[in-house]
Amino acid sequence: MRVRTLAVALLASGLALTACGKEGSPGEGTPAPTQAVAQDVKVEGSPTFDKIKSRGKVIIGVKEDQPGLGLKDSKTGKFTGFDIEIAKLIAAKLGFTEDKIEYKAIASAGREQALINGDVDYYVGTYTINAKRKEQIGFAGPYFTAGQDLLVRKGDDSIKGPDTLKGKKVCSVTGSTPIQYVKTNALTEPENILEFQNYSQCVQQLDQGAVDAVTTDDAILKGYASLEPDKFRVVGKPFTKEPYGVGLAKDDKALRTKINDILDEAISGSAWQQIYDATLGKSGSSADKPVIDRY
Amino acid sequence: MDVLLDNLDLYGPGFLDTVELFLLSGTGALVLGVVLAMLRVSPVPVLRAAGATYVTIVRNTPLTLVFFFFAFAFPLLGIVNTRDFGSYYFVAAVIALTLYTAAFVCEVMRAGINTVPVGQAEASRALGLTFGQMLGSVVLPQALRAVVPPMVSTLNALLKNTTIAAGFSVFQAGSISLNLAERGEDQLVGLAWVALFFVVLVIPMTLLQRSLEKRWSIAR
Repeated sequence: MRVRTLAVALLASGLALTACGKEGSPGEGTPAPTQAVAQDVKVEGSPTFDKIKSRGKVIIGVKEDQPGLGLKDSKTGKFTGFDIEIAKLIAAKLGFTEDKIEYKAIASAGREQALINGDVDYYVGTYTINAKRKEQIGFAGPYFTAGQDLLVRKGDDSIKGPDTLKGKKVCSVTGSTPIQYVKTNALTEPENILEFQNYSQCVQQLDQGAVDAVTTDDAILKGYASLEPDKFRVVGKPFTKEPYGVGLAKDDKALRTKINDILDEAISGSAWQQIYDATLGKSGSSADKPVIDRY
Repeated sequence: MDVLLDNLDLYGPGFLDTVELFLLSGTGALVLGVVLAMLRVSPVPVLRAAGATYVTIVRNTPLTLVFFFFAFAFPLLGIVNTRDFGSYYFVAAVIALTLYTAAFVCEVMRAGINTVPVGQAEASRALGLTFGQMLGSVVLPQALRAVVPPMVSTLNALLKNTTIAAGFSVFQAGSISLNLAERGEDQLVGLAWVALFFVVLVIPMTLLQRSLEKRWSIAR
């Protein structure tokens, strides 16, 4: 009996400790537009599409811990956010209704391998297009252009941009591009750089005053700021360009062209704007439409 | 090879910090573990209970949670000011690894103590040695000889456990693959190098184990 009490106590404390993430999502309220599902879609010469067809459903890699972009509701298990709506839009135009979509949450470090192994058909989750990644996988898009920015406490006016970070504690995810940028450009001293497993841990440290700024793409930061607008603000001076693309198998040119067409149509039409307004747009800031980069 | 050579700035410091973490927390765990083992075999019931409680709780807590406590919960207690304490997270990692591994070292030592015949303890008490003298000069030296292989295994596990610190603001070998992913390098190759370096780190420990086993073997 004593053992059981102890086990329960340990389990409870374990759950309490790990449940540190912030809940809620800015995507609630006005729902994102539903997309008309295309019929009889054909993508000639695409092995991925053939696989999706024979499987009868599409498996999409997403993020589950980024408010406003890709967030899994811990109660309902539903995914919400800008990236999720883009993923849904692509699926619809490929001929798959929402119930034929399976989301797989994959963290940043595992994305290339998941695509190479074919664990996911395509990946939509704050995935910056760059040359080095293109050697391993393919990119459609960009469907959004973000830029590295800073999240600070609302009352803190001492941080105005990247050059005012000296002597300030800066937090981001272990090994992530934004923290590597801070390191290589020596924006702050090495002992003032903190790296944790996810952004919500950094945001929590920011709230507690253990760090002064959280840095990553403005899209992600806007998501956190819109959750608690009276606590945090985004500095609003993006200092890099991060074009978000849809990750694909490297050699699947046919599917890449198809997804580029889908995105192009959504951007030139009204679908993209509607999706933005229903998700990230709720933080109050507007965004420029991206230009598809076909290669 | 390219993945290694292009990213020496990650591999070099990464593995240096891993070794540093390992040596510091390994020493700490050995000392604390032996003390705990002494508690667990002591004639005082309260001390025995304290040792048993420590081992039961810590051994059943996932290491990540121990780290979590020191990285996120402990600073909230306001005992240390993490802002003025530059290397706080490194020290926190050493403490977390030490406390966690000590529980395992304790059990290994206790197993060793149990291999020493009771008669020896009784004989040394009959000679007038105190409990401390009995443990220090009769029981522990013999126990230590018996536990070389499991002790090295425990330390080996500690070496690999250091990688968990990557998620808690300590740059070491575990952070390498996370950094590589963002640099767009091939992660399988990158991880293969990490694995190889771990093998290189483990080999001296294995050699030490062999030589100690040979030198300390007792005919029973």
